[in-house]
Amino acid sequence: MTEEIVIIGGGTGGSVLANDLAERLEAEIDAGDVSVTLINDGPDHVYKPVWLYIPFGLREPEDGRRPLRELVDNRIEIRQGRVTEIDTEAKQLTTSERVSPTHYDHLVVATGSTLAPEEVPGLAEGGHDYYSEAGALALRDELLEFTEGHLVLSVIGSPHMCPAAPLEFVFMTDDWFRKRGLREDIEITYTYPINRVHGNPHIAEWAQPLMDERDINTETFFNGEEVDPESQTLTAMEGSEIDYDLLVSIPPHRGVEMIAEAGLGDRGWVEVDKHTLEAEHADDVYALGDAAATGVPKAGSVAHYQAATVGQRLASEVRGQVATAAYDGKTICFIETGMDAASFVEFDYQNPPSPVSPSEKIHWSKLAYNESYWLTARGLI
Amino acid sequence: MTQLDIEPAKTVDARGAACPGPLMDLIGAIRDVDPGDVVVLLSDSDRSLTDVPEWVEEAGNELRAVEEGDDHHEIYVEKV
Ligand SMILES: Cc1cc2nc3c(=O)[nH]c(=O)nc-3n(C[C@H](O)[C@H](O)[C@H](O)COP(=O)(O)OP(=O)(O)OC[C@H]3O[C@@H](n4cnc5c(N)ncnc54)[C@H](O)[C@@H]3O)c2cc1C
Repeated sequence: MTEEIVIIGGGTGGSVLANDLAERLEAEIDAGDVSVTLINDGPDHVYKPVWLYIPFGLREPEDGRRPLRELVDNRIEIRQGRVTEIDTEAKQLTTSERVSPTHYDHLVVATGSTLAPEEVPGLAEGGHDYYSEAGALALRDELLEFTEGHLVLSVIGSPHMCPAAPLEFVFMTDDWFRKRGLREDIEITYTYPINRVHGNPHIAEWAQPLMDERDINTETFFNGEEVDPESQTLTAMEGSEIDYDLLVSIPPHRGVEMIAEAGLGDRGWVEVDKHTLEAEHADDVYALGDAAATGVPKAGSVAHYQAATVGQRLASEVRGQVATAAYDGKTICFIETGMDAASFVEFDYQNPPSPVSPSEKIHWSKLAYNESYWLTARGLI
Repeated sequence: MTQLDIEPAKTVDARGAACPGPLMDLIGAIRDVDPGDVVVLLSDSDRSLTDVPEWVEEAGNELRAVEEGDDHHEIYVEKV
């Protein structure tokens, strides 16, 4: 009988894992002993980091999209459809398009994050974002017309994707308006939920002086609770209030609903063992990337490293061997510090991050990484 | 560790969370629960012992208990 491995989600984690398994289990798949199916709710793989550049006119949404079939090895079955239900007892899936297989022996949940601006009254109407394709395009129109006033970047969601991206956005905006000779008429404020400008103290200590130098106002202990689009004010849980002319937020995030319905974890984040990535509340279910609640950042690099761990473990399991591979918390992030300089951090469960001095070379490395991403997703580098 | 007479509505296990860190995870959970509910944060960062009480005060919530441990700390916060 063929052993069925099903991956839900063809984003960074799901695609890297599919290609990893195609290579590791080549012989088993060719012999018909194992089949690997990737179910995604659209034909394309979407690379979200491109969205940061869209508001500045530097990238187009198409730069972040490729057909999954071009990226994923032919040994992998690709099915287009949205999984709406997981029955972890019967090991059955329900999908919107009735795609097969509906049964799995091993399941991997790689469904990523979704945005939930509706959790904050007024935010959907009053705020902009660059955490979605449509949001980044709408923000581009606003930014191009913005020549004076108060731009507020407010981090509301915690956790949220790519903890570096809010800092990157204000550093890039500052530089972009300076280069266009508009900065004197534009005030920039950055708000953050806790008592410093980034959750990680090392990154916060590094970023705060850069923000001071560039005249970026900071408001900490600020958890946006309500937006009044009429009077253009943002009010925080802590009682403070900010007037804005252009509000850009990192909205609240959630995973997909069926995860909670399947009893796998709250808010669509699957509770997992932080090292093995096995779901805590079901057998033969793994989760990786944004969908897995590991406490590490919701970042593409994390999804990538976790895919390697899950790939090794699944290969061991189908061969009847004890799975020993473990994820060590490894994360790497590039942080843009302007339009032509960037920094870089690397850390894991044991070793804290320590950002290196920004340079033009690192900025080009980030752009080069974004270009070569398509090779990464194909498992080539 | 002493036995606490507090029934948390939610547990946030932020052990090993270097970035964006335990307090960010706690705030996300507090947003989700109802007033009167208690959230317990498990953190292995000593920084949480100062960060969390500071934010709890700022946001007008209530710090119900702090259990310091060698391996990790348990911090109980009630949403007001
Ligand atoms: C603006 C921005 C900038 C970023 N910059 C960086 C960066 O520089 N570096 C970095 O490392 N990370 C960055 N990230 C974060 C990174 O994009 C994500 O962490 C990463 O994409 C997570 O991968 P994933 O596989 O878990 O989820 P995703 O890539 O989001 O993929 C999830 C997939 O699952 C599909 N799906 C969801 N639900 C279902 C369902 N029910 N049925 C079928 N399919 C489903 C989705 O359509 C999607 O294709 C950035 C994110 C943003 C928004």
